Amino acid sequence: MIPTHDVVLVGGGGAGLRAAIAIAEFNPRLDIAVVSKVYPMRSHTVSAEGGAAGAVAPDDSLDEHSYDTIAGGDWLCDQDAVEMFVQEAPRELLRLEHWGCPWSREPDGRIAVRPFGGMKNMRTWFAADKTGFHMLHTLFQTSLKYTTVRRYDEWFVTRLLVDEGRVQGVVAIDLASGRVEAITARAVILCTGGCGKVFPFTTNAAINTGDGMALAYRAGAALKDMEFVQYHPTGLPFTGILITEAARAEGGYLINKDGYRYLQDYNLGTPHKEPVLKSMELGPRDRLSQAFMQEFAKGRTTDTPYGPVVHLDLRHLGAKKIDAKIPFVRELCMKYQGLDPVKDLIPVRPVVHYMMGGVHTDIDGATTLPGLYAAGETACVSINGANRLGSNSLPELLVFGARAGHAAAEYASRLYDVTPGIVVQTEEERRRVERDLLNRRGHERIADLRTEMQATMEASAGIYRTRAELEKGVERLRQLRVRLADVAIEDDSRTFNTERVSALELAFMVDIADAIIASAVKREESRGAHQRTDFPARDDIRFLSHSVVYRNPDGTPRVDYMPVTITRWPPAERVYGEAAAHAGPHHAAGRSLPAGETV
Amino acid sequence: MRDHITLQVARYLPEKQSEPTFDEHEVPCPKDWVVLDGLNYIKDRIDGTLSYRWSCRMGICGSCGMTVNGEPKLTCATFLADYAPGPLRIEPLRNFPIIRDLIVDIGDFMRKLAAVKPFILRRYEKPISEGEYLQTPDELDEYKQFSMCINCMLCYAACPIYGLDPKFIGPAAIALAQRYNLDTRDEGAAQRMDVLNEHAGIWGCTFVGECTKVCPKHVDPAGAIQRYKLTGAVESMKAFFMPRGA
Amino acid sequence: MAESPAYNYHPRWLRRRVSTYWWLEKRSYFAFVLREGSCLFVAWFVVYLLLLIWRVLQGDAAYQEFLTWSARPSVLLLNIVSFLFLVYHAITFFDAAPRALVVHVGKKRAPQQLIGASHYAAWLVASAVVFWLLLGA
Repeated sequence: MIPTHDVVLVGGGGAGLRAAIAIAEFNPRLDIAVVSKVYPMRSHTVSAEGGAAGAVAPDDSLDEHSYDTIAGGDWLCDQDAVEMFVQEAPRELLRLEHWGCPWSREPDGRIAVRPFGGMKNMRTWFAADKTGFHMLHTLFQTSLKYTTVRRYDEWFVTRLLVDEGRVQGVVAIDLASGRVEAITARAVILCTGGCGKVFPFTTNAAINTGDGMALAYRAGAALKDMEFVQYHPTGLPFTGILITEAARAEGGYLINKDGYRYLQDYNLGTPHKEPVLKSMELGPRDRLSQAFMQEFAKGRTTDTPYGPVVHLDLRHLGAKKIDAKIPFVRELCMKYQGLDPVKDLIPVRPVVHYMMGGVHTDIDGATTLPGLYAAGETACVSINGANRLGSNSLPELLVFGARAGHAAAEYASRLYDVTPGIVVQTEEERRRVERDLLNRRGHERIADLRTEMQATMEASAGIYRTRAELEKGVERLRQLRVRLADVAIEDDSRTFNTERVSALELAFMVDIADAIIASAVKREESRGAHQRTDFPARDDIRFLSHSVVYRNPDGTPRVDYMPVTITRWPPAERVYGEAAAHAGPHHAAGRSLPAGETV
Repeated sequence: MRDHITLQVARYLPEKQSEPTFDEHEVPCPKDWVVLDGLNYIKDRIDGTLSYRWSCRMGICGSCGMTVNGEPKLTCATFLADYAPGPLRIEPLRNFPIIRDLIVDIGDFMRKLAAVKPFILRRYEKPISEGEYLQTPDELDEYKQFSMCINCMLCYAACPIYGLDPKFIGPAAIALAQRYNLDTRDEGAAQRMDVLNEHAGIWGCTFVGECTKVCPKHVDPAGAIQRYKLTGAVESMKAFFMPRGA
Repeated sequence: MAESPAYNYHPRWLRRRVSTYWWLEKRSYFAFVLREGSCLFVAWFVVYLLLLIWRVLQGDAAYQEFLTWSARPSVLLLNIVSFLFLVYHAITFFDAAPRALVVHVGKKRAPQQLIGASHYAAWLVASAVVFWLLLGA
């Protein structure tokens, strides 16, 4: 049977749209479908604020960007992918500029760059402090040029169709009408973003429920590095709204309840009036979030009705600088906290922000399943390793969106047809979605189960983890699954049934939660964002590898390991603050050591 | 300080109803809660069948526009405490067909958005190797305001012209066209003029000004349209008097 | 950009009709309709002015007749109401003008208040000239 389309993209955010454009440009004869559960301009890329890193300045170098990324990732990054990424990033950002992205400029008209956390040089491009918004709208509007891109707006993908060992399309619900259809294709690219909603406090939007990761996991593809969950150090206490790292890059201070810049106690350098790259408030996100937890343990954080907070001090920047460089931060604080950063301190706390892990892919976005690709936060290549540096994920969307698009286009050009086996799968899925999930009797409310899952994840897989808590988490999730089978869905309508969507998303999230905790239990070391108080040191001998998790036939996760690609920079100590001036890519460059041996 | 508020929420189930009805619920309203928190409270604890769109809850994705006490608002940016004890009436966005409950169909807007050719149009593209197109901060300021549109469509809901004549292309689409016309990198103003310089385009607008009033991002679409009318009128005159020289 | 397969018109989606009295629902809508309606009164003043000129051309007697007619309460009322609408028309026009007129002074845009103020200034100057012509000359 001929498939409906050549390539189906699940998700219409930054990665999905970039991939669609890449395919359309690479082979204008391919028929491309973008299937998204929301209209593309609602994708969560839109809320990214700070910026996108690309090494273009004359005093910068690709090697420095590589080294910063690899060190920031605590050496869990695949260095070949990182080297390719830092090379492609400036080109992709420039391509976006040609497509109309309103990057902020220097007075002479050249692209402006700003400093960012964990980066030794200023290399972060920005569009005021709404970089993701402008990037997404530029990509979406540019994608309208290509007539070969068809959009399925507000279609919710519930399952991947896999037959004869390769992926052949998706089954999706047209939310407006409720009909369940198979959208067949020769290749599928997953670009569904992260899974922050698995945790209770997150910068992520309601739509970030890890759909693509769960779809791949259930179809038999491998997920990688799932235990590495990034906490952004500065989120607002009740809503979790992101206060961008750019606020610190422009010179903000983090102070505890005594007004003390506490980061200096945590090996992050000494405080200066102006921001110093890779030091203090411009350290990497995992270390800053961990510092918060330790301050909390010492009783030096401020208590609020919404939990402990520290404060971000922007008062010394002045209204003019704030309005020029970070106006959205001011707007958000005034609106959602009722305070003005020009005069007041902003209460902040670490909130879940990004998933370093995801669907395992190679450097071209191909997963372990033929015909299935992934790009963006959904994928784990891995260029972010154990901790992502700020402003690396927006170029990641572009670079790997384009690469996965290319790879999928080439695969699709081989003209595989669709096998009859998927008709049965579609029918099964239709039955499950229509019969079993409409007007379903049960005793559990979706919201209660979701809250329980989120509480479990916060307690067991938070910033600091222990074996005891993790194992408790495994048990709580197991009980949750039993309760999930008894969930009630009152809504019996087919028209835009959001209750059914919530139930499907919850089931996806429970799968992801299982994968996260299973990976975290087995990794007995502390690296980057995964910190074990029972194993506080980094263990390059046993754990300089990616954890890979597969789904067993009975639904339980199975964790294995695969090696990290080390090319030019063998594992060294991560240093920030004054010591960072001496650490750099020239260290041990050119000497490659076998994994496990340190310098 | 009132701590509860009555919400009157519009319900419409096409399979069962021909007219919308209203459900009344009492929800808590701490000072941090926005209308969206109230709706989530109803959906999570009282009535799971209530359907509405939302995502970022920080006023940047544009999903959550609804009619609140007769005014088009982003429900993630409207605080319940300001209306306590209520009743607060929540209805779907005006001027769009209602699919269900608080969800409207925005397909018309999506088509119009695409119709104004919202992308950089140039005769010759510079290769990537030659770097960026230079654009000074002043040149960026010329169109920056119009680039802030989050496509929330509150302006369409507020525009009486769009309500009376759905063929009108509408404020956000024209503001977006202006965003590209004024971008120094773009050369496609003439092509967009062809699409917009007609009755269903800019000339349908009679400068009611409601669109600018309700815009949560201060895009000022009304200003964009009136400026465009001047440009359009000048272009028409030039075409009339100097058909080839224009 | 290919059309999405979603329906353009769906029989079950509810389209609410806009009421004929939509302009009474909101203060701003009402103010807008008044503004638009004020052009009728502008048209009346143009007609009135033409009538005046025609009568003047016909001689003194016709002019006196015209003045008597203008003094009638109904005409007087009409003219007063028209004058008020005219002022409203002018003010709303001057408020709107800066939104459409973007004037660049060097690289920067002239502030909107300046453009609005220059409209009022021009109005004052024109009125002063007319008064001088009518009363002085």
